[in-house]
Amino acid sequence: MLSKKQAKLFFLGGTVVFFLIFIGLSWHSLSVEVPKQTHEENLTEAVIRGKEIFDSNNCMGCHTILGEGAYYAPELTKVMERRGVGYVKAALMSKVPWAPKGRKMVAYGFSDDEANDLVEFFTWIGNMDLNGFPAEPDLKNK
Amino acid sequence: MKYRSQKVAYLFFALSMALLVLQIIYGFIMGFAHMGYDVLHEIIPFNAATATHKNLLVVWLLSGFMGAAYYIIPEEAEIELFSVKLAKLQFWSLALVGVASVIGFHFNWWEGRKFLEIPRPLDYLVVINVLLFLGIILKTLYSGKKRTTTAMVMVMGLVFAALLYLPGMIWFDNQTIDSFFRWWVVHLWVEGVWELIMGGILSFLLIKLTGVDREVIEKWLYVIVGLTFLSGILGTGHHFYFIGTPKYWLMIGGIFSALEPLAFLGMALFAISMYKKGEKRHPNKIAITWTLGTAIVSFVGAGLLGLAHTLPSVNIWTHGTFVTAMHGHLAFWGAYGMLIFAFISYVMPQLTGRKLYNTNLSTYAFWLSNIGMVGMTTALGAAGITQVYLERKVGMDFMDAQIAMEPHFMILIACATLFFTGVIMFIVNFLKYGTPTDQALVKN
Repeated sequence: MLSKKQAKLFFLGGTVVFFLIFIGLSWHSLSVEVPKQTHEENLTEAVIRGKEIFDSNNCMGCHTILGEGAYYAPELTKVMERRGVGYVKAALMSKVPWAPKGRKMVAYGFSDDEANDLVEFFTWIGNMDLNGFPAEPDLKNK
Repeated sequence: MKYRSQKVAYLFFALSMALLVLQIIYGFIMGFAHMGYDVLHEIIPFNAATATHKNLLVVWLLSGFMGAAYYIIPEEAEIELFSVKLAKLQFWSLALVGVASVIGFHFNWWEGRKFLEIPRPLDYLVVINVLLFLGIILKTLYSGKKRTTTAMVMVMGLVFAALLYLPGMIWFDNQTIDSFFRWWVVHLWVEGVWELIMGGILSFLLIKLTGVDREVIEKWLYVIVGLTFLSGILGTGHHFYFIGTPKYWLMIGGIFSALEPLAFLGMALFAISMYKKGEKRHPNKIAITWTLGTAIVSFVGAGLLGLAHTLPSVNIWTHGTFVTAMHGHLAFWGAYGMLIFAFISYVMPQLTGRKLYNTNLSTYAFWLSNIGMVGMTTALGAAGITQVYLERKVGMDFMDAQIAMEPHFMILIACATLFFTGVIMFIVNFLKYGTPTDQALVKN
């Protein structure tokens, strides 16, 4: 029968081993693969400014991006492909709440520069290699 | 209670309950918005409501854990708490940071990072606060007569939880890396080190309530927390499927997160078998009910409902939908919410000397809150499946799918009302106990 000492060894040993594997894989992911998959060479000043605007207004509090966030407003990973620059900028710069089918977005009234930065950010996000996400709707009438 | 200083735990439980009520109110605001009644949009837009809802959850659970630590550590180490004054200072600074964050959210002062919305300047206050808390706990533990496995596992969980907050405070320009480290905090908290805290609290409760020998209980505690880390650390990979991270996470995350229910199954079997082994003589039946409840509901909510969408072939469709919210609600409630309710149920008679357990109010509180939460989980699941089918599979426009989901939010609100009623009854019972008194001290 298992003794308390063996149980302790299982806990400490297992933790150390799996933690080291996790650190190794994380290091490999972040230093080798992520820069390629996210096209880090295209991470321009404008994209970074766009991310700052995205973060500081908690856009993730309604939208999802890379599938992460809240589920009150549309997924934004492929928003440029889906809506195009004109639509996206109109929603961002609107002085009254943008409200498709009645659901209101906060009226941020961003300047033209800010809206361009966000567009750059979304464009950069949209070009990432996300291992197949979002999947093509497979039951859609073609 | 055995030590005067344990009374300070009460403050943390009171704060915990107050924040929980506020969290639920914000949940209602969001539920109504999803039904199409976003009437508070001008004052509390949805992103403010959701940031508040999620952060209040984190703070009320942490406050509950801290209260539990201030009660458990003196009793396990057999010594008075190092300093009650400092513990009170730590309490007020925690309350202050919590309130400041929530108010800030309403004035667009935050970071758009799910669960970690507290802005960077306040993060430093959180760090100071937690260091103070850990200082008091560690000083007490290492000045005491004993360092039991229960206390060590719990304190280890608390120390790791504090350390893991740090990667979430670094700024990254790359959204993927930002997200990568955000999960180091959030996942390794709830599916890692918080389970150590849970294991420690559960073990303390089982020792007190069942009368089973400490050595037996603590042996199994090691096995359970061992299983937690064995599956949970690499299980973080299930957040790295589709965010710009390499493909091997699909396999690693899939395999190890599929093993995560084992730790929760272990927790459930552990609690049930210790209860059956025990003498069943402890009069506080409602504390036992909550203790067994948290062990079982965490297995269903965190374990099974997590497994339901953790495989990459399923998650490619469900990632970023209400299926996640379905799992999240029963998981947090079962594993951590009910755990704190179990601890409060055990500890209030000890702190006040009054025996208000086994009242109708406490029994109804248990059943109403749990039936309500199961109903809420079902409603969120129905909404999630509808969303996955219409939006992801059929390719319907986002808002058209959302409108089709509205009836499920009506049921969500109905079930949430049941849940809220149960919680309020629990709090009424909590208030009826009154405040802790030295008359409740038991001589060793």
